[in-house]
Amino acid sequence: MEQHTPTPRNIAWLWFGIAIAVLAVGFREAIFLTPADAAQGDVGRIFYYHVPIAMLCLLFPYLNFAASLAYLFWRRRDPLKALTADAFALASAEVAVVYTSITLLSGMIWGRAAWGIWWAWDPRLTSVLLLWLLYVSYLMLRRFSSTGQSQTLAAVLSVFAAVDVPIVYMSIRWWRTQHPAPVFFGGPGAGMDKSMLPAFFWNLAGWGIWGIFVLLFRFALERRRQLAEQEHALQTIEASLEIPQ
Amino acid sequence: MNYLRHVLDHLRKDLRLEWRSRDSINGMLFFALLVVVVFGLAFDPTSYPTTTRQISGGILWVALLFASITALNQSWARELRNQVLEAQRMAPSPASALFLGKAIANMLFVLVVEAVLAPIFIVFFNLHALGNLWLLTLILPLGTWALVVNGTFFAALGLRARNRELLLPLLLLPISLPALLAMVQATTGVLTADLDSIQIGIWIKQLAGYDIIFTTICILLFETVLNAE
Repeated sequence: MEQHTPTPRNIAWLWFGIAIAVLAVGFREAIFLTPADAAQGDVGRIFYYHVPIAMLCLLFPYLNFAASLAYLFWRRRDPLKALTADAFALASAEVAVVYTSITLLSGMIWGRAAWGIWWAWDPRLTSVLLLWLLYVSYLMLRRFSSTGQSQTLAAVLSVFAAVDVPIVYMSIRWWRTQHPAPVFFGGPGAGMDKSMLPAFFWNLAGWGIWGIFVLLFRFALERRRQLAEQEHALQTIEASLEIPQ
Repeated sequence: MNYLRHVLDHLRKDLRLEWRSRDSINGMLFFALLVVVVFGLAFDPTSYPTTTRQISGGILWVALLFASITALNQSWARELRNQVLEAQRMAPSPASALFLGKAIANMLFVLVVEAVLAPIFIVFFNLHALGNLWLLTLILPLGTWALVVNGTFFAALGLRARNRELLLPLLLLPISLPALLAMVQATTGVLTADLDSIQIGIWIKQLAGYDIIFTTICILLFETVLNAE
């Protein structure tokens, strides 16, 4: 098994170290070096965490969709590859839910501080909430369905979710644009000041590296679980063959 | 044409089963009626006609959504008895014909419920629609199909799950939210006459687009779900 050889483990440690280092630099840039936001003061610094994570949380559903399609393609042709794809789909869905949750929570904290309310039903908030709901329901399905078929069913649901996301996005856009523009809609990001760029990009890189680390870690864990399950099934078959003598 | 005949066969079988038991329609009808009564108690609709017009589109669809969820699970649970579903899997007819037949049957059941529920709804909520009511004859079937096609699919998907009664709404609701948004907005627009006909038309087009897209995906993926082992 490849996970037991020392090299991938060293690479994982190295990757983990890089993630921590980049996040530390990003933290220093965001909290200490960048001047406070003119309009919002120190509260505006949550921007350097909220926006990079919000951008990244849109990436993982694509990975999940791609892995699910790969699973459906290999399901009959090459079951071992299909299992790998399924482990990747599960890992990316979990990371997607985590990043979307952080986006929602940090956005709520920021909204409370900047707008005075925790939540507004504006297009971006609503579409991220629906994205979160879709991938939580994906994880629910994996939890509830019986073992033999949960991978296939989850892959099918992932296709539905991926088709649903652009529809959600378009319909919510249409829903809100026919109403008067929301009063509270003036977050930064429309035009970013040059002094904000280093903090923003360090944090974007840091959370990207961190997300990939967690994703691959979870993937390796799920692969081990699958291999252990296969091993167990194999032993059961062998044991059942020995009994009749 | 052969495919169409299979679909019709499945449809006829489902209609006959329902005709003999009448479980689904009675259950749905009573459930939807209860939802309407509960909301009526909560809001006092007769005293506030404007508020009633604004919220009754949402209430109508919530009642129909929950009512159809109660029936959708049963529609597949019928097939589990006596291993009928295993026989269906071995049958040479295409799997999607089974799905389409059942979806159309469920659609008809929910339409019957709507036909009975709509007058009751208008009476209990003292509803005077301000817009063009004929548009509802377009919105109701399109919205119902959006709920029923995905609902039938996800009911089949959760069929062998541990607690399928719980799983169906958990899967169906997030996927259906854009369709729910479109049908509630269009219905409310018709009832209150706040939206002009172009805006209602766009909601109806969105609903139709949603129906077409998800019907296609359901037909394409149903065989995978039926033989997921």
